[in-house]
Amino acid sequence: MTPVPPPSRTTPGSRRVVIVLFLVLFVLHHDFWAWSDRRLVLGFLPVGLFYHALFSVAAGGLWALANHFAWPDALERWASEPVQEGSAARPAAAAARATPSAH
Amino acid sequence: MMFALAEGTQVVLVIVGYLGLLVALGLASNHFFKGTSADYFVVSRSVGPFLLLMSIFGTTMTGFAMVGSTGKAYTTGVGVYGLMASWSGLIHSAVFFVVGIRLWALGKRYGYLTQCEFFRERFASPAVGYTLFPILVLLVIPYLLVGVISAGKFIQSTTASAFPQWFPLPGIPGPDGTLRPNPLSGGIPYWLGAAVVCLIVLCYVFYGGLRGAVWANTFQTLVFMAAGLVAFWLVAEKMGGLAEAGRRVAESTYGAPRLVREGLIGHGQFFSYFLVPLSVGMFPHLFQHWLTARSARSFRLTVVAHPIFIMLVWVPCILIGLWATAQLGPGANPNAVLGRMVNQLVHSPILTGIVAAGVLAAIMSSLDSQFMCLGTMFTQDIVVCLAGPDRFNDRQKILLARGFIVAIVTVTYLLSLGLKDTAHVFDLGVWCFSGFAALFPLVFAALYWRRATAAGVLAALAAATAVWLALFYRDIVAGANRPPGEDELLVFGLMPVVFICAASTLTLVVVSLLTRPPAPQIVERFFPPAGRNA
Repeated sequence: MTPVPPPSRTTPGSRRVVIVLFLVLFVLHHDFWAWSDRRLVLGFLPVGLFYHALFSVAAGGLWALANHFAWPDALERWASEPVQEGSAARPAAAAARATPSAH
Repeated sequence: MMFALAEGTQVVLVIVGYLGLLVALGLASNHFFKGTSADYFVVSRSVGPFLLLMSIFGTTMTGFAMVGSTGKAYTTGVGVYGLMASWSGLIHSAVFFVVGIRLWALGKRYGYLTQCEFFRERFASPAVGYTLFPILVLLVIPYLLVGVISAGKFIQSTTASAFPQWFPLPGIPGPDGTLRPNPLSGGIPYWLGAAVVCLIVLCYVFYGGLRGAVWANTFQTLVFMAAGLVAFWLVAEKMGGLAEAGRRVAESTYGAPRLVREGLIGHGQFFSYFLVPLSVGMFPHLFQHWLTARSARSFRLTVVAHPIFIMLVWVPCILIGLWATAQLGPGANPNAVLGRMVNQLVHSPILTGIVAAGVLAAIMSSLDSQFMCLGTMFTQDIVVCLAGPDRFNDRQKILLARGFIVAIVTVTYLLSLGLKDTAHVFDLGVWCFSGFAALFPLVFAALYWRRATAAGVLAALAAATAVWLALFYRDIVAGANRPPGEDELLVFGLMPVVFICAASTLTLVVVSLLTRPPAPQIVERFFPPAGRNA
């Protein structure tokens, strides 16, 4: 019995939200406001380094959201679909792999 | 003297233990080998989320992640993290998500093993494959050389004084003409250290194929992450705690300016650096790792954890580099900063050995995949492509790949012997990243722009090569008298990669639009049917 895949959470709207969040994070990378700030967070972590460490965590969070709301579900199914024999939709590499090896 | 010998021997024993485990892992992976070329080259496309994360992370992080980041923070300050690490966290995962998953799908659907195969068929042009092949190989080789040279030199400096009777070196004349002891005397010589590293990588890649590399990368990634954290913890403790270390930097005349970016990193440089991590989209060794995924879902853990792993490796190393500004003062060799901090503060040969194993792990986890991918490319893109797909069976293809891997390791080792003292070989490595980044528009267009043509791709390759060579000449050849590693070349305050990427993108778009569109039946097979959310 083939397992039924869970319903996709990806919609054009959710995908757009992830793209906007990516662009926001991209812009926020340039923290010009901390360029010459010598303060130490918790007494040891320079503000610029603290900010960018948080930025890395936020990047992980963004990609977690992307996994849930912008995941290309159909791509995996398409990748596993059989390619028609002898059709134009069968590149040479695929045809060669299908040839039984002689060993 | 006996005590010094004993300490050095302990360091060597820790390194030998680590290398022995790697060989054992490589040989063990061979027991799972299924005998097919798909298993040897792409692990039968069976790698799950955890191994994919560890192998991709290990492959992406080089020795620079530990030694270079510490040295660069010592010279350029904390801004190095934002410049290199946090950009990489965001952009690498974006590339894995947008490019990697799609290439994995095409690889699974059509059975690709190399980038050239994909490009050749996507643009229905053998010329694209044959033009791309030498460019990729020429960009990977300096990257390989940097790895081998770093490993050989690192082993020599770490084991200095361990074997004074076996590997003595003549003294170095000082400014007053008297001979001073050579600090590397008694260390394992470069030729031997580099040969051991090459042989061990060769051993597990030769027997285990990409499975050997994936297993070894997972182990190596754990080792270098743990080594960095252990070094950080002990160095911080010896400096009197985190707050005391921070206070010493803030009060140091050399260290205080390095708490900020002002005067050390320009705004244009900081922003334009985002293009450099795009290089991962065209690394041939990473392409091969993407193909190993069992399913698209295997990528999920990688895209989320990659930026966090980068933070876990880089933040401790950046802080050690920053603390070194107060501990060592100005004038230290940036590449020796991590080693000197550990040696000066911790005095533990076991820890020195663990940190050394960590650095070697970071270097070797990239080397193995690069050797493997070059062997695969020579087999698939040259021999099989010229002889025809039915000419060789699986066993012969594996034999060919193994032969090429042995040849590539041998040539790289011999080249490294000749080039190890060439001042600018490390700068060359940085230029390789810019070269790969300039090829990113090609893969992006191949996956998302139906109108891209073979002529556009060939013209973009020519344009990127011309601009790369012009800027490379200005930086490396014309600037030969500049001390190596000093200040990266900036053009109008921007990284050179901006101009190389602009040239390849503009040429690709303009020439594609000016030439006949590709045949729809060829293009359609590379795009999921309309209406699907891929």
